Amino acid sequence: MTATPTRTFGEYGGRYVPETLIPALDELEQAWASLRDDAEFRAELQGMLESYAGRPTPITRVERFAPDQRMYLKREDLMHTGAHKVNNALGQVLIARRLGKQRIIAETGAGMHGVATATVCARFGLECIVYMGTEDIRRQAPNVERMRLLGAEVRPVEFGTRTLKEATSEAIRDWIANVETTYYLIGSCVGPAPYPELVRELQRVIGREARAQILGTEGRLPDAVVACVGGGSNAIGMFYDFIPDEDVRLIGVEAADAASLGSGRGGVLHGARSSILADEDGQVQDAHSISAGLDYPGVGPEHAWLRDSGRAEYVPCTDDEALAAFHRLCETEGIVPALESSHALVRALDCGAELVLVCLSGRGDKDLAEVLLHER
Amino acid sequence: MSAKTLVVYLMAMPDTPELAQAAVDAGADVIEVGFPFSDPLADGPVIRRAGERALAAGMRTRRCLEVLAEIRARVDVPLIPMTYASIFDAYGWGELERDARAAGATSLIVADLPADERQELHRVQLVAPTSTDERVRLAAEATDGWLYLVTVTGTTGARAELAPSLAPLAERARAISSVPLYAGFGISTGEHARAAAELVDGVVVGSRAIEAAEQGPAALAELVGQLRAGLDAPVAA
Repeated sequence: MTATPTRTFGEYGGRYVPETLIPALDELEQAWASLRDDAEFRAELQGMLESYAGRPTPITRVERFAPDQRMYLKREDLMHTGAHKVNNALGQVLIARRLGKQRIIAETGAGMHGVATATVCARFGLECIVYMGTEDIRRQAPNVERMRLLGAEVRPVEFGTRTLKEATSEAIRDWIANVETTYYLIGSCVGPAPYPELVRELQRVIGREARAQILGTEGRLPDAVVACVGGGSNAIGMFYDFIPDEDVRLIGVEAADAASLGSGRGGVLHGARSSILADEDGQVQDAHSISAGLDYPGVGPEHAWLRDSGRAEYVPCTDDEALAAFHRLCETEGIVPALESSHALVRALDCGAELVLVCLSGRGDKDLAEVLLHER
Repeated sequence: MSAKTLVVYLMAMPDTPELAQAAVDAGADVIEVGFPFSDPLADGPVIRRAGERALAAGMRTRRCLEVLAEIRARVDVPLIPMTYASIFDAYGWGELERDARAAGATSLIVADLPADERQELHRVQLVAPTSTDERVRLAAEATDGWLYLVTVTGTTGARAELAPSLAPLAERARAISSVPLYAGFGISTGEHARAAAELVDGVVVGSRAIEAAEQGPAALAELVGQLRAGLDAPVAA
């Protein structure tokens, strides 16, 4: 007997979607409930993560970047496709195959989830359509080319903020229209149940490995674990296995003008109730960040619950601070971080913790043009 | 022959009371009043853009309630606000239900609230071609007055033909429940209305009504007249 997947996290989560999608969510929930603890599925996923995607990733001590701390980076930037996103894309595409779906749709902001999805679809011979805002297409052009190279169709979304929020809305509308043939491969721990739990479980490998690695290297748990938070998938994956370790601080870092947790209020966006950037009438407001992956006015419902419970703390970081950390890691360690991950580096440096573990969620090759443009 | 019900959707705007009156005078039996939301997942481009214009015109929840009361002062047909969960969540679920009814609403529709979420909110429930019989039963038992049959697997917006998925959905719903069935999504012409009337008790016209309303009360009245004539036409022998 398998337990029912989690639908709510305190007052957050749920399934706020048109009725048309409910049978597909029920089907996914049932499939996930049986696969979650299925030895054959877990072995297939673990095999792919190791032989195709490059797990486990190491932790790297960064003495020159953080000379006053014992700071370690969990190197998700070394994953195939360049970020943690492929952990989730691989897991979900294996579920989609078991559900018999041949058409995969996804949304993307920075393009990393779009590239990860296009990659696994190419690997398994599935049709792949990625929705992406035209502003993000502009600032993440290399990833658009990568997706096309991998055989995916990139559909531009030209209304509203032309970023991740509208791309997600259009992906969900596509799913409503094509739900009987299509699997929606959501990229973060957001959306209607069971996606927040599903994505968390697929990303938990980050924290599970990192916890064992830091214990092996340092002989003790870190004082703080730090990760950037847009939708929040790398953070929930990094944090989750540390939640029972009450002396370990969990620090999520948001872009200052996209701080759904720091500046948001309760509201409903993209199928879940969470903490969102919205006005007093519940109208969703625009987020702003130099980092396309953090430029989203919502966040996974489990983070809202971790904030309210006090187990995790969420702090902001400005564009300029993130850029400074981006350069510093390049110059001191020879590692080019994603702008998203650079936000985590900033607050890891000044969180006051002596032994600190940071999720370096992705590499920054995609960001070079945007960094140069910003600094011109 | 029992009369079929014509439901017309209008986005809440300052001139909606005048448009609603024109629609009712031309034969609309029920008016749905859209309270705009920034991220309307169930809506296609026509209603999404109408919502963007309404928000730009300042149509926030309290202003929408004022417009609702102004419509109520002009017409005596059922009035049903249709919106999204975020609007209720921000205003307060019970508070918005109370204030909408005080302003003249006879029921409510929340497009992203399936029957098993927030069951305490009494509202018109929607079912879709993808809904299982179990979901249809759940919605029919919970619904307020009539059941909204989504004719297509898709978002709102005019289509060339009445969707073939309506007939089997209507047949299943009839077998499960005796509540009146109104069909919506994709119904835009008198011919669609006539074809749907053979299957269900009423139709909802949204995107096409929004387009007509943008041309003014006379254009809306003309469309409503055509839909009314389609619904009332005797079924071919």
